Amino acid sequence: MSRAEEATNRRMLRARDAMDRAYAEPLDVPALAQIANVSEAHFIRTFRATFGETPHRYLQRRRVERAMFLLRATDRSVTDICLDVGFNSLGTFSRSFQAIVGESPTAYRERGAIMAVPNCFAMAWTRPSSFGEAKGERRRLA
Amino acid sequence: MFNALSITSLYVLDQQKALDFYVGKLGLEVNTDQDLGFMRWLTVNVPGDSHQILLEKPGPPGLDEKTAEQARALLTKGATGGHLFFTTDDAYKTYKELRAKGVEFTEEPTERPYGIDCGLRDPFGNHIRFSQPLSVAAPVSGSTKANR
Repeated sequence: MSRAEEATNRRMLRARDAMDRAYAEPLDVPALAQIANVSEAHFIRTFRATFGETPHRYLQRRRVERAMFLLRATDRSVTDICLDVGFNSLGTFSRSFQAIVGESPTAYRERGAIMAVPNCFAMAWTRPSSFGEAKGERRRLA
Repeated sequence: MFNALSITSLYVLDQQKALDFYVGKLGLEVNTDQDLGFMRWLTVNVPGDSHQILLEKPGPPGLDEKTAEQARALLTKGATGGHLFFTTDDAYKTYKELRAKGVEFTEEPTERPYGIDCGLRDPFGNHIRFSQPLSVAAPVSGSTKANR
């Protein structure tokens, strides 16, 4: 690996950090490519090569993870949580959640409160990634 | 058995850049900066705290070049797994000061059940957090921002 690749890794990490930090904002490929300081065409491919899933998948599952957290840690309504984490439509949110987690937001909420751990660990360990942890039908979102 | 944790080691890509960041921006102080011939032994610590952080550059002969490349790749992907957790008396104030210095944040100060918490990256990809623990934090409010 060359120094140039290390610099590329670091820029991709910057874009991933932006998704972790600002998941509720309408982050699209042009915005993320700008954060990573690479062309849009290059961005999706390079991100996937670096982290094993596309930026779209990463952000979608970050939003679902934050929704999972809010469902169990707060008493906000499902609609509010859907908007809080960056989904625009309740229908899309519910379908994505069901497909990735394997149960509806309401059913998931019934699991009850979660233990408080430092948030970075919750975010790193409870996000249903594209490479195996999602309990729902992964193919539907492939 | 043990009576303290005295040194923690962290991989960095460039020790001078690491000094600029950890001392120049985060406000740590140099504990030891010594050329041992085979390596530059560089440690920093929080002022007033004896716990040292060794800023080490991965490379030969300790690691063969191929392994060092892998270590650098993991580091720049944020995947080395090491984290530094600092505490502060005022998370919001510290956040503002560090933001003004151009520090790259992964998470803004957020109120959690255990305190006010915040995340950032060093220039290489290491993950660093600092928090204002609950004992000195303001009461956690019930707002959604607090829980996000």
